[in-house]
Amino acid sequence: MLLREVGYARPETVAEALELLAANDGARALAGGQTIVNVMKARAASPDALIDLNGLDELRGIDLAGDGTLTIGAMTTYSEIVASAEARARPILGEVCAQIADVQVRNRGTIGGNVCSNDPTNHLPPLMVALGARMTIAGRDGEREVSSGEFFQGVYLTAVGPGELLTKLMLPAGKADGFASVTLGVDGTCICSAAASLNGEVRIALGCVDAVPVDLRPASSDEQAVRDAVRGAGLAPPSDVHASSAYRTHLAEVLAVRAVEQAQKAGS
Amino acid sequence: MAAIETSRRISVTINGTTYEREVEARKLLIHFVRDDLDLTGSHIGCDTGNCGACSMIVDGTLVKSCMLLAVQADGSTVETVEGLADGDELNKLQRAFNDHHALQCGYCTPGMLMSATALLRDNPSPSDDEIKKALQGNICRCTGYWNIFEAVKAAAS
Repeated sequence: MLLREVGYARPETVAEALELLAANDGARALAGGQTIVNVMKARAASPDALIDLNGLDELRGIDLAGDGTLTIGAMTTYSEIVASAEARARPILGEVCAQIADVQVRNRGTIGGNVCSNDPTNHLPPLMVALGARMTIAGRDGEREVSSGEFFQGVYLTAVGPGELLTKLMLPAGKADGFASVTLGVDGTCICSAAASLNGEVRIALGCVDAVPVDLRPASSDEQAVRDAVRGAGLAPPSDVHASSAYRTHLAEVLAVRAVEQAQKAGS
Repeated sequence: MAAIETSRRISVTINGTTYEREVEARKLLIHFVRDDLDLTGSHIGCDTGNCGACSMIVDGTLVKSCMLLAVQADGSTVETVEGLADGDELNKLQRAFNDHHALQCGYCTPGMLMSATALLRDNPSPSDDEIKKALQGNICRCTGYWNIFEAVKAAAS
């Protein structure tokens, strides 16, 4: 497919990338390209220019601090996370990244691209919410840090504004995590998903049932408490060719229970 | 400051030959390789990033070349299916595909071969599940996959 005519720049520093994004209204960041290039083929988006982040080594890499906090550069690929010894400090992260699409997509697709596209069917937005991730957003005026709850704002919409970039994600220490999904084929797009974390408080985030991950804090990890929390959330997910609204609502409850069970096993 | 350009002069080394061309930023790597360089071994199946027929190895990493701009490959070393055989002499993996009747129409074969090549390079003795997982990004509509799986397994042994 021939794309609409587009400009291209490959900055060598984050500062330069921010200048280019701020100075060009129609410019968009190009991370792994596994979403935006296809969106451009479909003419669903037609940016005037792509600012390629692939030359920015400062946005890559995984760092494990002494207190167990993981800091992951936004341009780190799923394959790099799956292969990383440091990332195993929070095992669920690599386990979920290994379920995204296929080898080729995992080799190019990035954690930052996944959360910034904020497609409700993506794996990582609910996982980041359940794990209590914090995101660092850089702009020309400096950096700011937001919680995952503040980060996801709507379908394809995040706290990253025009002229800004997500630079890194921080995950606190923890092992009692789970993720369950029903997908289109093995490792396919999620029809419904749930992430759970039982490190301290009980936290569940549901994917594919609303514009942003639905963040639930059940009173306990007891199965009935989890079911009650999902039922009490007033879910009204969209219907599509893959699942009716009622079926997605049912899946959300079942998957929340499965994710919590996995988290209990992982933490024991 | 890097300039925003709608076309660039790029240099890409493909199967050992370096090509320098002016290329539009909107051109995907698969179109550059097929249309500009006439290396038509790599195929375009779905053009939506699903089928894997356009798979190539770029700087040692398996990618789908319909989701990479040609300008992004500037300075890269690319391997395509044309680089596997030594003249008319098929390599071990290609012979295994032949021996196991691992193709019918052959459309997906270039991508299958590149995915299997990437797998066997990283993991010379893959388990059955590892072979299946490695070929997950490549769709075949003829064979039912089984003979492809058998061919990769034979090439690994």
